[in-house]
Amino acid sequence: MRSSRQRLTLPWNGLGALPFLLFALLFLLLPTANIVAGAFVDGSGGFTLQNIANLFTPEILKAFGLSVKLSLTSALIGCALGFAVALAVVLGGLPTWLRGIVMTFSGVTSNFAGVPLAFAYVATLGRVGFVTLLLRDWFGVNIYALGFNMISFWGLTAAYVFFQIPLMVLIITPAIDGLRREWREAAEALGATGGQYWRMVALPVLGPSLLGTLALLFANAFGAVATAIALTGSLLSIAPILLFNQIRGDVLQDPHLGYALAFGMIVITGISNGVYVVMRSRAERWIK
Amino acid sequence: MKRFLAWATIGLAVVYFFLPLLGMLEFSLKMRRGAYSLDAYRSVIGDPQFQATFGYSVLMACLTIIFGVLVVVPTVFWVRLKLPRLRPVMEFITLLTLVIPPIVIVFGYIRLFNTSSWLPLTGSTFGTDILLICGYAVLSLPYMYRAVDTGLAAIDLATLTEAAQSLGAGWITVLARVILPNVLVAVLSGAFLTFAIVIGEYVFAALLDRPAFGPYLVWAGGNKAYEPAALAVITFALTWACMLLIQLATKFSQHTRSPR
Repeated sequence: MRSSRQRLTLPWNGLGALPFLLFALLFLLLPTANIVAGAFVDGSGGFTLQNIANLFTPEILKAFGLSVKLSLTSALIGCALGFAVALAVVLGGLPTWLRGIVMTFSGVTSNFAGVPLAFAYVATLGRVGFVTLLLRDWFGVNIYALGFNMISFWGLTAAYVFFQIPLMVLIITPAIDGLRREWREAAEALGATGGQYWRMVALPVLGPSLLGTLALLFANAFGAVATAIALTGSLLSIAPILLFNQIRGDVLQDPHLGYALAFGMIVITGISNGVYVVMRSRAERWIK
Repeated sequence: MKRFLAWATIGLAVVYFFLPLLGMLEFSLKMRRGAYSLDAYRSVIGDPQFQATFGYSVLMACLTIIFGVLVVVPTVFWVRLKLPRLRPVMEFITLLTLVIPPIVIVFGYIRLFNTSSWLPLTGSTFGTDILLICGYAVLSLPYMYRAVDTGLAAIDLATLTEAAQSLGAGWITVLARVILPNVLVAVLSGAFLTFAIVIGEYVFAALLDRPAFGPYLVWAGGNKAYEPAALAVITFALTWACMLLIQLATKFSQHTRSPR
């Protein structure tokens, strides 16, 4: 009895994970592999690098450039401001109930992306938006006369920052919690000033976490489509909108260019997530 | 000084985050000229298309949650109990869902499951719905996996399983009556987060051409004036409700656990 069970153990155990692996294969790995393979295949099925080469047109390069710039700017701003909020909550000596509220609120707003966010944004900074009218009627400032435009680089960046800051707060707060009081005391015992402690102890320890989260925020913004579409009506040419229009069949006549576009997006989000993973494993060295 | 800076930071953050929310709320109440009213909400809720798309998305969210729980809970349980070597693979797959942009995944679906393929899911309405549910399950996988994995890490799986088995329980009974109640809070957190993600999702629904709430939102944004703000308020309230339910579930579990 026992020996027969032992022999059966290996295949049976493997079988238990099969439904999940099958699900991942069918609905994640194969679809992606299909796209990646398609990027290197020509119309007759032969291997080619032409699709990738076709990406290097001014229009597509500009779209990718704008996407990278938009994602990087919103990630940097989100990172800096989110870090400030997290610092204030953890180390600012604020009442403890505030922390729970900030974390829950961050959970809500980091998920409040997409189309509704665009609506909230229009209702606030649109031509008859709340803040637009407030500034005009109370302070005599007409932001539209000053050249503000929602469907622009900075307009979109401001909207993206709205979900980047809370995401940063959610991820970086545990890292700040990981700063030991002993480190600060040790630094002070050795005669370090507050600035020296931050420059030479705290920031080097937090560095990997900060860089890693920056990479994650970048990827988060890079893959976002819905906010941009709802806000600009697919007018602004960023990489995901280009791909969206391509899938809908509006532009670019060559279907293989669509694969190449998607492949380019995977490469960029792949790199930034790779940075995140490496940085996270470095950060974990200090959290023991 | 430090405390002042901290309060100032929080104050600025409150202004930055509450202005758009206030703006959206105020705008949604302005439909009637010269007075605040709930007209926009009345118009939205009375719109049959709203009812249809919203109902469809709620249904999809519920099916996604059921499907996700059925796939994730037994697998994480099994991997923790019997196949710890597979954990890195699970982590990797979970990470992949964050690496690959959703728009690329749905592009892959359209190509892989088209009408002339070996599994023509996009050929029928029912098949496309299945595809949409699977896609949403992929989108929510990292959250569901993380929640369930943390939940299972907190209990002694091997002992519980052996105890149940020595009393004659089969695998299904072990999962449904021993493991699931123990990780119910984790599963609920994952479920509410899934709901919040799925309810307003746009890219999958739009590109698979299903009448979900996300595409309706975009349509309303292009064609109506005050209703979009009302819709945004409704969605925001739903997201809040989901997060509060997660907190409530966690609190509830702490109460039941503390007497031990």
